[in-house]
Amino acid sequence: MELVTSILAIAIRAGTSLVYATLGEIYTERAGILNLGLEGIMLMGALSGFATAYYSGSVALALLAALAVGAALAAIHAFLTVTMRANQVVSGLSITLFGSGFASFLGQRLGPISNNHRLVGLSGPRIAPIGVPGLSELPVIGALFTQDILTYALYALIPLAWFYLYRTRHGLNLRAVGEDPQTADAMGVDVFKVKYLATIAGGALVALGGAQLSLSYTPGWSENITGGRGWIVIALVIFAMWNPARAVWGALLFGGINAVQFRLQASGTTIPAGFLNMLPYLATIAVLVAMTFWESLSKRIGAPAGLGNAYMREEK
Amino acid sequence: MKRKLAVAFALAASFAMLFAACAKKAEAPAATAKAFKVAFIYIGPPGDLGWTFEHDRGRKAAVEYFGDKIETAYMENVPEGPDAARVIRQYAQEGYDMIFATSFGYMDPMLEVAKEFPNVKFEHCSGYKTNPNMATYFGRIEEARYLSGIIAGKMTKTNKIGYAAAFPIPEVVRGINAFILGARSVNPKAEVRVVWTNTWYDPVKEREAAVALLDAGCDIIAQHQDTVEPQKAAQERGKLSIGYDSDMGKFVGDTVLASPMWNWGVYYKDTIEKAMKGEWKSHQYWEGLASGVVALSDMSPRVPEDVRKLVLETKDKIASGQMKIFAGPIKDQSGALVVKEGESLPDDKQLSMDWFVQGVVGKVK
Repeated sequence: MELVTSILAIAIRAGTSLVYATLGEIYTERAGILNLGLEGIMLMGALSGFATAYYSGSVALALLAALAVGAALAAIHAFLTVTMRANQVVSGLSITLFGSGFASFLGQRLGPISNNHRLVGLSGPRIAPIGVPGLSELPVIGALFTQDILTYALYALIPLAWFYLYRTRHGLNLRAVGEDPQTADAMGVDVFKVKYLATIAGGALVALGGAQLSLSYTPGWSENITGGRGWIVIALVIFAMWNPARAVWGALLFGGINAVQFRLQASGTTIPAGFLNMLPYLATIAVLVAMTFWESLSKRIGAPAGLGNAYMREEK
Repeated sequence: MKRKLAVAFALAASFAMLFAACAKKAEAPAATAKAFKVAFIYIGPPGDLGWTFEHDRGRKAAVEYFGDKIETAYMENVPEGPDAARVIRQYAQEGYDMIFATSFGYMDPMLEVAKEFPNVKFEHCSGYKTNPNMATYFGRIEEARYLSGIIAGKMTKTNKIGYAAAFPIPEVVRGINAFILGARSVNPKAEVRVVWTNTWYDPVKEREAAVALLDAGCDIIAQHQDTVEPQKAAQERGKLSIGYDSDMGKFVGDTVLASPMWNWGVYYKDTIEKAMKGEWKSHQYWEGLASGVVALSDMSPRVPEDVRKLVLETKDKIASGQMKIFAGPIKDQSGALVVKEGESLPDDKQLSMDWFVQGVVGKVK
């Protein structure tokens, strides 16, 4: 029982950054914008979060900085793809290339002189896990209550995100824009505004996912700290079938799989690590295949119909 | 359908782009016409504080030594495989005289390019394939790992030592075996638990592996990875660690008891000098503590005086050739005698090592 609790606790901690980024990307894609800049935005979020925390000593400021940087990068993407109608894939990839390169660059320039201007190897303020008195003692579900503040915030954010998307008029408009922008426009929805807002808010959340890494999970800055997690998120969005409520399961699965397989190895029993590492991706492929086979299923829970297309008014 | 294809294509393209995203940097101080041009291929960023950091420190040592007689360039984050061939070929075409590739997976790509450019000198770190114009070089880091094993064996209280390891290849297996031999030479009850991360560089995974080991009751964490993350994870739990690659105690603190580390500058200066004088020949360089290319960092103040003394004595014995670390009797995990009393494991068997010594908990495959 103790093992289950500790694995669950680690899976939740490891999954937190993934859930933030997945929620962000779901909102962006729901508005019909594919943002492949995730990896770059997460890295910039991680860097700006850590640098701000290091110099200001304030974790709150650090989170704000990450949110702002993520929003700014996403705004570039929105400008290029919504206003300029550029190819979303190309724009997203350039954000990733720019973000990861720029983060490495800043990591070698922003540090104090005593550390050769580098941020690598410094320790700054961090967000420590806080156990909820009483609840954290419980078996299994206690794992839910030995987390950091960003994880607790998620417990509220996930239902809110779901409620907003499926139970409010704004959410309906957002989904309509992603499915069929022309019709949404005809219904009086401001398509451009919705696309901009969804992309920017999504980018801010993605950056927060990055900041969770550098402020809580692996405190400190190291180059390429995300290790490709931005790409995993793209698979996670598909796995979650564009529904915020389902984002949790994918993130737990992807986040927990390492915790599980490292623990199995450490305890001496060995299931091939490659096999376990493969499982989440296999599940993602299964989802993709299922959606290709059953068109009706795809219509109900598949990708937003307008995903990846630039919208031009008055064009047939 | 078309859209789905587009999304799939986007995913594929993005991975390709990610892996192509390596940065090229040339550091050319006052390039005189005759400067000897040397290029380095790095697997990670020089800021990793580990493997690539040490190679770049070696490069800088060479620059300092030769001044403007040489001109160096490096490319960081170069993925192993076909992309590496492209990068190496590019340097060869740009007229570099000597190219160093600093990761195992660059071996075949480098050999391929070496055959195309017979006048360029190629050096590959940690591999085994050579050509008249391609040499290999590596260090017997396991000698320093044996010493760090003595420290861990003496200082563990639970007799469980964790080891976050990258890939199950001979280089890593050799290090783990040397480490347990060192630990068991002073503490027969010590065991080493191995967790494979299947990555050289991934701060998050390296930390997760260390945490899993700590949860399994290990009180000292050793590692064969490229970052300091396992050391930081141990420190946060109030536990000790053994570093690797660089003097990690400098970056993390005195919970890092000592680090087996590299001094590539020793070798780079020597081989570049030979190449400049025209005395360079293809070779297989594999030296240990005696040469200075590998070393044990200064020990943490937490290491007691008697342990410190024992480590230094053993170090002298190894450096002078009086003692071999893979000397029998050595038993494997099943208890079978692999190296008999009075014998020691020959180099070729060390280079292809794919079995664990008794006392290691884990599997090579």
